[in-house]
Amino acid sequence: MRKTKLTRDSFHVFRANARNAYKQSEQRPSVLICAGTGCIAGGAMKIFENIKSECESRGLDVYVGLKHDTPEEKSLHIKMSGCHGFCEMGPLVHIEPMGIMYIHVKPEDCHEILEKTVLGGEIIDRLVYHLDGVAYPKQEDIPFYKGQHRVVLENCGRMDAEDIEEYVAKGGYAAFEKALFEMSDEEICKTIIDSGLRGRGGGGFPAGRKWDGARKQKTEQKYIVCNGDEGDPGAFMDRSIMEGNPHSVLEGMMIAGRAVGSDTGYIYVRAEYPLAVSRLKTAIEKAEKCGLLGDNIMGTDFSFHIHVNKGAGAFVCGEGSALTASIEGNRGMPRVKPPRTIEHGLWAAPTVLNNVETFANVSNIILNGAEWYHNLGTKSSPGTKAFALTGNVVNTGLIEVPMGTTIREVVFDIGGGIPNGKKFKAVQIGGPSGGCCCASEEHLNLPLDFDSLKSIGAMIGSGGLVVMDEDTCMVETARFFMEFTQKESCGKCVPCREGTKRMLEILNRIVNNEGCLEDLDLLEELSETITSTALCGLGQSACKPVQSTLKYFREEYLRHVVDHHCPICNKEKPHPVIDAEKCKGCGKCRKNCPMEAIEGTVKNPHTIDPKKCINCGACVGNCPFGAITAAEEG
Amino acid sequence: MDERLKRVAEIAEEHHCAGANLIAIMQEIQSEFKYLSEQDLTLVAEKLGISTAKVYSVATFYENFSLEPKGKHIIKVCAGTACHVRKSGPIYDAIHDYLELKGKSKTSADGLFTLETVACLGACGLAPVMTIDGEVHAKMTPESAVELLKEIRAKESAE
Repeated sequence: MRKTKLTRDSFHVFRANARNAYKQSEQRPSVLICAGTGCIAGGAMKIFENIKSECESRGLDVYVGLKHDTPEEKSLHIKMSGCHGFCEMGPLVHIEPMGIMYIHVKPEDCHEILEKTVLGGEIIDRLVYHLDGVAYPKQEDIPFYKGQHRVVLENCGRMDAEDIEEYVAKGGYAAFEKALFEMSDEEICKTIIDSGLRGRGGGGFPAGRKWDGARKQKTEQKYIVCNGDEGDPGAFMDRSIMEGNPHSVLEGMMIAGRAVGSDTGYIYVRAEYPLAVSRLKTAIEKAEKCGLLGDNIMGTDFSFHIHVNKGAGAFVCGEGSALTASIEGNRGMPRVKPPRTIEHGLWAAPTVLNNVETFANVSNIILNGAEWYHNLGTKSSPGTKAFALTGNVVNTGLIEVPMGTTIREVVFDIGGGIPNGKKFKAVQIGGPSGGCCCASEEHLNLPLDFDSLKSIGAMIGSGGLVVMDEDTCMVETARFFMEFTQKESCGKCVPCREGTKRMLEILNRIVNNEGCLEDLDLLEELSETITSTALCGLGQSACKPVQSTLKYFREEYLRHVVDHHCPICNKEKPHPVIDAEKCKGCGKCRKNCPMEAIEGTVKNPHTIDPKKCINCGACVGNCPFGAITAAEEG
Repeated sequence: MDERLKRVAEIAEEHHCAGANLIAIMQEIQSEFKYLSEQDLTLVAEKLGISTAKVYSVATFYENFSLEPKGKHIIKVCAGTACHVRKSGPIYDAIHDYLELKGKSKTSADGLFTLETVACLGACGLAPVMTIDGEVHAKMTPESAVELLKEIRAKESAE
């Protein structure tokens, strides 16, 4: 067994050194390049390489002859941070201590940034974020960030994600130390219960009650499992936390381990997040090397080890029992509950399973107390929540706001509204398990918290907010989600396996303008059956997108099933045309047209008025001479 | 035993031949050989002391495992919500047409490309996105996607 050498005293020494080093580094100019998935795709690594190589090559020059003239150059600091959340504007580069943020930086800008801003203190206007003619060189002034309240994401993008010293210098692992030496297991659970922290993965179950339930289990072996299988399309909060501040997740898990009496933790990350996997692995290695993870941590009898498991592409593994099955090396299929995970989880042992964001909240609660946390957010949903704001909105990215912030504030104040002068139509919340809310005043003023969203048939889910403009057909959107769920259904229970398939067939029919009015009743009936009989959360919530769109956007369904023409889906679709040479002017098409869109006199060629035509195709089928060509999908 | 199976056996042993590591073992085999062959699966089952049926059941359950050989370059078009809303569908269609894929086939006739969709990559701010061999390409259009593939194809034929 590997005993850690770290003691409480040596941890304090370690922290003091880290703080000193950090303080010194704070004085120096430093360049932070966002190295989240989004910015890397935009070329952040190239920028990092450029700045680094330029610093290095010039650093050598400095050492040779210019040492005393430009001391600041020698001590230049380049770091790779995690996601800032402003992915749309990436790649992002921060220059500290001036606090300047540059957007859309290109590799060829590097030289200028070093020369003018870092060394010269001059702001390059071209690279600064502009809105309505105003320049915002500082991150905190940008409206996108101003409306936010960052707790979990505070350090994402502000520090080197791979540097444990910096995390410790900023107060990291102090909560763990407090939990280890100054609090009993019962006290930790009580603090979390009192804080009202609710599971951020979607369910909203009080985390403290979970912990306390597992604590009371009288089994030797217990497990802490962190759910990083963020499968909801359109959600990437957990990815950003794992990439940007991996130690906060580890610390939360360690505190949970101490509270529950567990010595082993697992983090299950989806395979689509390779960077998150590598950052977490590095973080674990560094924590082990420091002695913060291992056996008999800081000389106590508490030991803790964390393993990272990579998912293999199954959405259903976000469900607790499916996730533990997957860690065990099985097909990730949910099982009937009870018994619940806290009694019978991983390898049949009591298990605390929480989401990444939930664990990332823990250290702040332990340090600042339950009351502090309760003062954020609303009474029943305390704290803040991270959302991924995407879709047809000006500022897409990662945001964190207190629970209870209204949809209007998020979409219009932080998100900056809808681009290209389009009209706002809907927000889809909570991915395939969530619903849509519409542009009504009531919905726009709806506070984003667990209970308010439930009341309109949506749910917070893991926190994906996809904004849709007037060019989005809601029926098509519902079909998209149903296709997703149908594909991801694990096939264990009949309602979900068969039900989603039938639902998708009906929705496909409707989208193709081949549905009928009765289909809508059928959809409603099936939705109710699946919701009340499916085995797990995936099935039970699979129909939410359909139910909520049927409720709030029924007229769009009617356009598909009654008019057989959707002004959005069929916008480009050409109307049928009458071939004047073939038309004998019999008038049959005119009589059969439901919209009275065909004009003409007997024995003379007829014409179709495209403004009135709804592409129903009645004329095409009725023409005895084959003079009308059917409209093809545009 | 051929080289490939030797390596498969090694991978299984590196994971202590533990049943719990089945997924990790298959992931590693796939990352080296791009797909799992029947022989691979039989050998893994033997090494781990579990039935071939069990190995097969796990391999077919997860989206990421492929039991068929893939093309040299793997293209993944994101089918997440944000990408969908920003019209990723036409990008997939354009690539599909460019590669002249027919029926259920996902790999181009020259074996150069395999076209897949992927559930959200979490790069929604850059929607629509696609990856080629793991590298993320942001804000794609049907034209720019096909352009990228043409470049790769030109490079390949030059070599």
